[in-house]
Amino acid sequence: MSSNLITTFKRPESMSDNTTHYCPGCTHGIIHRMVAESLDELGVSGRSVGVAPVGCSVLIYNYFNVDFIEAPHGRAPALATGFKRVRPDMIVFTYQGDGDLASIGMGEIVHAANRGEKFTTIFVNNAIYGMTGGQMAPTTMPNQKTTTSPGGRDTDKVGFPIRMSEMLSTLKTPSYIARVAVHTPLHAIAAKKAIKRAFQLQVENRCFSMVEVLSTCPTNWGITPEASTKWVESDMVPYYPLGLYSDPDREET
Amino acid sequence: MTKKLMKGNEAIGEAAIAAGAINYFAYPITPQSEVAEYLCWRLPEVSGVFVQGESEVAVGNMIFGAAASGKRVFTTSSSPGISLMQESISYMAGAHLPVVILNIMRGGPGLGGILPAQSDYFQATKGGGHGDYRLIVLAPASVQEAVDLTILAFDLADKYRNPVMIIGDGMIGQMMESVEFPEKYRDENNPDDFDWALTGADNRPARITKSLYLDPKKLEDNSIKLAEKYKKIVEAESRHELYHVSNDNQLLIISYGTMARICQTVIDELADEGISVGLMRPITLYPFPGAELYAEATKKNIKRVLTVEMSMGQMVEDVERYVVGKKPVDFFGRTGGIVPTPNEVKDKIRELLKPSPKAKKTKSSRKKQIKG
Amino acid sequence: MSGQIDVVFAGFGGQGIMTAGQLLAYTAMEEGKQVCWIPSYGPEMRGGTANCTIVVSDTRIGSPIINNPAGACVFNRPSLDKFVPSLRAGALLLINSSLIDTPSGRSDLIEVKIPINEIAMKLGNPKAANMVMLAAYVKATGVVKMKSLENMLITKLGHKKSALEINKRAFKEGAKAVSGLQVRDKV
Repeated sequence: MSSNLITTFKRPESMSDNTTHYCPGCTHGIIHRMVAESLDELGVSGRSVGVAPVGCSVLIYNYFNVDFIEAPHGRAPALATGFKRVRPDMIVFTYQGDGDLASIGMGEIVHAANRGEKFTTIFVNNAIYGMTGGQMAPTTMPNQKTTTSPGGRDTDKVGFPIRMSEMLSTLKTPSYIARVAVHTPLHAIAAKKAIKRAFQLQVENRCFSMVEVLSTCPTNWGITPEASTKWVESDMVPYYPLGLYSDPDREET
Repeated sequence: MTKKLMKGNEAIGEAAIAAGAINYFAYPITPQSEVAEYLCWRLPEVSGVFVQGESEVAVGNMIFGAAASGKRVFTTSSSPGISLMQESISYMAGAHLPVVILNIMRGGPGLGGILPAQSDYFQATKGGGHGDYRLIVLAPASVQEAVDLTILAFDLADKYRNPVMIIGDGMIGQMMESVEFPEKYRDENNPDDFDWALTGADNRPARITKSLYLDPKKLEDNSIKLAEKYKKIVEAESRHELYHVSNDNQLLIISYGTMARICQTVIDELADEGISVGLMRPITLYPFPGAELYAEATKKNIKRVLTVEMSMGQMVEDVERYVVGKKPVDFFGRTGGIVPTPNEVKDKIRELLKPSPKAKKTKSSRKKQIKG
Repeated sequence: MSGQIDVVFAGFGGQGIMTAGQLLAYTAMEEGKQVCWIPSYGPEMRGGTANCTIVVSDTRIGSPIINNPAGACVFNRPSLDKFVPSLRAGALLLINSSLIDTPSGRSDLIEVKIPINEIAMKLGNPKAANMVMLAAYVKATGVVKMKSLENMLITKLGHKKSALEINKRAFKEGAKAVSGLQVRDKV
């Protein structure tokens, strides 16, 4: 390599050299990177513990140079609670999908947030069960076709998609809750900022923090990666408005 | 060492602190809520962690997360709550994590009742959750023994990196007896002493606490590793107590926990009538003291082996397994929160030892029961 | 005392049943005896009635469940009905005659009626009724020494001078109520 070439973009220290198993067009990889960059920039990688979910990102621990626990389906916030309570000096985060967090793990996330557990949750919402092959999730859009809603989500029978950020921000306990997206570079910049702030608040021992990231699943949505990013903008963002839902510095209204 | 009069539930809580286990997560359920009511004020005195979880499902997973830190962690519950924890127990066994779980058993199945029972023997000793795993299971018969076994439970959990369950019936939790605690309390574990604890990947490769192995060979390897551990446990950790065992015994009782104490009264009272009966009380239910049982049960003078439980007959299956048909195995039990009285057990023994004109009557009444 | 002695304390919640039983258990432990105190904790606990069994022994205690107690201190009528049939022959039955106006109906018991509520009222604190009963039981059976019981009371109540004084007087009255009573063999 010529000596006048310098590296301007490299893999975050917190990430391992392993190649991810994610499908083409999936945004898990981008979100992983944002988590890793945040840990690097805050200098906490060596005292961090991640909690892996059950879902597509079950193998997340293969992609990080960070200690990890793998949780039963939906229970990551309970594991994070246990770990953080006995090691408050460490940085603890859960990384969960919509089936994991908003369906089977609804109880655990609500109570962890309400107790004000001082860990960070990265909630990846792609409106479908990915790993099990495209079944309806609590966040599946009205009329969206899945393998268990082949005629489209019928809101008369199964209700409307659950808006987790809105729901958790109704809790009186102070928290940081933001919804972001990663389908355009501009959105990705805002997403990274939110994720870093979530970790920063944990470093400061301030509050529970959660960033909901709207994500794509071209494979199970049955459309191209490019069409997927457009669908996020046209269908998901209107129903799941982006923005800050709760911030410990924001005065209560 | 000073003696204290303490309720079993509270004494067990204090014993955990004595063992250096100052991280406790629980959900209220009768008849063990006094453990949480005690530890919620006692743990802050020793800078410990007390969390009341939102469910036993969550609590099981809180201890899972906390145990990955390498510190000693503890939860307590009663039968229906223990059922809810089975998911996390299976995961913790698969991930080789040391935790201690106390089950103050109440009558089941379902919501059952809140009175004492021993009907969770199968659940505790045969798995409970999914997969090839075992728990070390300890069964105290007095408040003092509950204290001693709680301290032992943490040592065994750390030694084998395996969940340990203490099972006691409701009486163990509710009764007050005099107890003594160790003079010196143990310090908390230092997570840096363990090569598996999650302490942060600072200048070392990342550590993963997991039970997922998508490659079947690796999953089999983990199960073999577990099995080898259980083999060591069976070889080294079996514990039991004999009471009134002699060559005069006509019958051998096998019973554990409070039920075994009731059987001691039975044995004392029958001795006054000239009927000699011995007792073998397993202290570890897993590993079950099977070889020791075989040795005692097959002694020439023993005519029959009687298993007495507060259940419809669970441990008796292990008794049959180890007596291997050498002697008739009988069963007596009450359940649903009804505790067999000494009189009932005495009646059963008198009936079993009654000389019978027909030879076939010496066959196991339990076998008849199964066939019938 | 030799061997094992067991007794049931039974009444309404709020009558100090558990406290009286525990004080007896603590005292016996202080005297170096083996002791087991076991409460009712079933649904009846929530329904307002309460009972506890105390077993005191010189040797290791077997069954904490007592089929046929050697003694019962009954504080209300439902407790009389519940426990009288199970008492062993020759058992000591102390009846709170302030609230129970019927006899046990058994001729094989040593039965003593003590108006513990009235006695406690005269002492100036109705809450001391349980201590009148406890003292009567201890005096009649000799299960522990009266002096040991008083010492334990001082240990437990030392900081509450007025309560201590009333309870001490309750002990005297309780003992007086069974004066002259001979419980055979002090079973």
